[in-house]
Amino acid sequence: MAVLLTKESKVICQGFTGAQGTFHSERAIAYHTNMVGGVTPEKGGTTHLDIPVFNTVAEAKKKTGCNASGVFVPPPFAADAILEAVEAELDLVVCITDGIPTSDMQRVRREMKGSKTRLVGPNCPGVLTPGVGKIGIIPGHICKPGRIGVVSRSGTLSYESAVQTAALGQSTIIGIGGDPVNGTNFVDALELFLKDPDTDGIVLIGEIGGTAEVEGADFIKSWSGKYKKPVAAFVAGAAAPKGRKLGHAGAIVNSGAETADAKKEALKIAGVEVSDTITRIGEAMKKAMGA
Amino acid sequence: MLQNCVKEIRKMDIHEYQAKQLLSKFGVSIPPGEVVYQTHEAENIITWLNEDKIVVKAQVHAGGRGKAGGIKVCKNDDEVIKTVDEMIGMKLITPQTNENGKIVRRVYLEKGYEIAKEFYLCITVDRETGGNTIISSRKGGVNIEEVAEKSPDEIHTMQIAPGSDLLTHHARTIVYNLGLKGQEAKQAQKNILAIYKAFVSLDAALIEINPFAVTKDGEVIVLDCKASFDDNALYRQRQVAEMKDENEYDPLELEAARHDLNYVKLDGNIGLMVNGAGLSMATMDIIKYYGGEAANFMDVAGAATPERVAAAFKLIYKDKDVKGILINIFGGMMRCNDIAQGLVNASKEVGLDKPLVVRLEGTNVEMGMDILNNSGFPIKPVATMEEAAQKVVQMVKE
Repeated sequence: MAVLLTKESKVICQGFTGAQGTFHSERAIAYHTNMVGGVTPEKGGTTHLDIPVFNTVAEAKKKTGCNASGVFVPPPFAADAILEAVEAELDLVVCITDGIPTSDMQRVRREMKGSKTRLVGPNCPGVLTPGVGKIGIIPGHICKPGRIGVVSRSGTLSYESAVQTAALGQSTIIGIGGDPVNGTNFVDALELFLKDPDTDGIVLIGEIGGTAEVEGADFIKSWSGKYKKPVAAFVAGAAAPKGRKLGHAGAIVNSGAETADAKKEALKIAGVEVSDTITRIGEAMKKAMGA
Repeated sequence: MLQNCVKEIRKMDIHEYQAKQLLSKFGVSIPPGEVVYQTHEAENIITWLNEDKIVVKAQVHAGGRGKAGGIKVCKNDDEVIKTVDEMIGMKLITPQTNENGKIVRRVYLEKGYEIAKEFYLCITVDRETGGNTIISSRKGGVNIEEVAEKSPDEIHTMQIAPGSDLLTHHARTIVYNLGLKGQEAKQAQKNILAIYKAFVSLDAALIEINPFAVTKDGEVIVLDCKASFDDNALYRQRQVAEMKDENEYDPLELEAARHDLNYVKLDGNIGLMVNGAGLSMATMDIIKYYGGEAANFMDVAGAATPERVAAAFKLIYKDKDVKGILINIFGGMMRCNDIAQGLVNASKEVGLDKPLVVRLEGTNVEMGMDILNNSGFPIKPVATMEEAAQKVVQMVKE
């Protein structure tokens, strides 16, 4: 069954005919994702990659019954694209775009209050369910069908995790992205995997900056009895100097609670098997599962 | 920054005087003042200011200037001129700079006041709520981290819902928390509303005012101000973007930015080139785990053409502290043969004489490995990230 992206998902791409939209949609189609169309304003009525193009998300939904979208729209227009999909009441919007102004995402957060749509990202690698399909840029060939749920803030570390857990295989891989104001957080993803009957264990890949990992740890601590799954984690940035911005907005250490060590400690207290290096996350997962 | 209270996003910084100029356009009360680059420019400013007391302030992107000798109160014209002359070109070492300090290239002259009360005020983006948070304290004019540690009750935080305005009652609450009444309260409230408006309108990531002061004459005024701005929004904030002072950046970091590379100079001796910020950090971590230390953080984000790979490699190679180099690429969408070709091209240019360990994974990895193995350079391709880290640490030690 997996989470977020299942066999029932009908997917569109916003920013479909652009360079990024085209490149990654081609790969998504080759990965057998159920892509039913795309949206590019002014290009409605044409076809691209052998599927129909629409002017608006609402029109795409009316004609194709789509319920999920991948957003590849450039940063100045991405927040608007997300909200278009939210207003069309899609179930899932995955925004890959990197570089959206924070205040635009604050607006998105405000508008999405009470909405039924789930947003993943922005600035994320997307969602991939092995054997079913993908929305985003995670390379399909490194992922194997299995029963481990992977949730990661970093894109490349979600790839490493897929490789490290190849022996176990993955139910779904979720890249939540590193932006300060985003949609899905660790707690949301953990809850999805906890409820998913096809997920037996969870890999959580965090980073310095913010407190999302600590909130995730608090949530894991609250699990008990039947509602409990083994979790293995890695937090990147133990060697990062304090107060320096490394690469993207997520990765800044400011206060004691935001360091890699503090996060690892919180996860350990919650009963999570914490790996010191990303290269041992697969072993940590096996250990957490008692294998 | 304030421990445990502030979830700051570090972005493009500007100088104090620039921040004040921006704030004054929104109606925030700032002292009259002007910046000078050379001593002779100060004379006109002194005449224009026509004040009994003038404060001379070194303009560098670092806090803790006062104790380091970067802020001086002067009582007469000659003293101002002398101070400006001493300050320009001086090396300012504060707790927030590294041991090399920062060269002072601009100084700010402003009216000096008799101060009655000093407060702390800060607006920043709060990762937890997604909104903005306003932090205030009666204990301003001092190191706010210490206040937060010793007397956390003196720190007030107010969360504003994502995308919402700061309303009058919010500002009123902050002002009452600061213990202000009557005309002072009214002025402070007007200033706080204006500062918040500036924060939102200018896509700021942080505006920190310390102190936010009341003078003996009952005037509410912004005495010192630090501001930084969301990089992602600079395309629509040209006025702010133009304020970037390239002298405040490491030359290697500037060169990296020109090639669209994410580079931060660090203290170790192992040069790194990695794709993705997360993998870059994880590579730094694994190097540390095996007893080494990274000389830099480098994320070759986006499409890695042979040209960009070569530029990144040359940049790392140029760093005198680098004794060995580790390349760690997980080419999901990048092609490993392009990366290998870029490395070989750059090696030809620099005449590679430092140990180079390469781990390539992903698309076209066999083609990439062939290019490296047949390059004629002492490039060590390895199969895993673990092996790569161990090898480079060992080679640098030898």
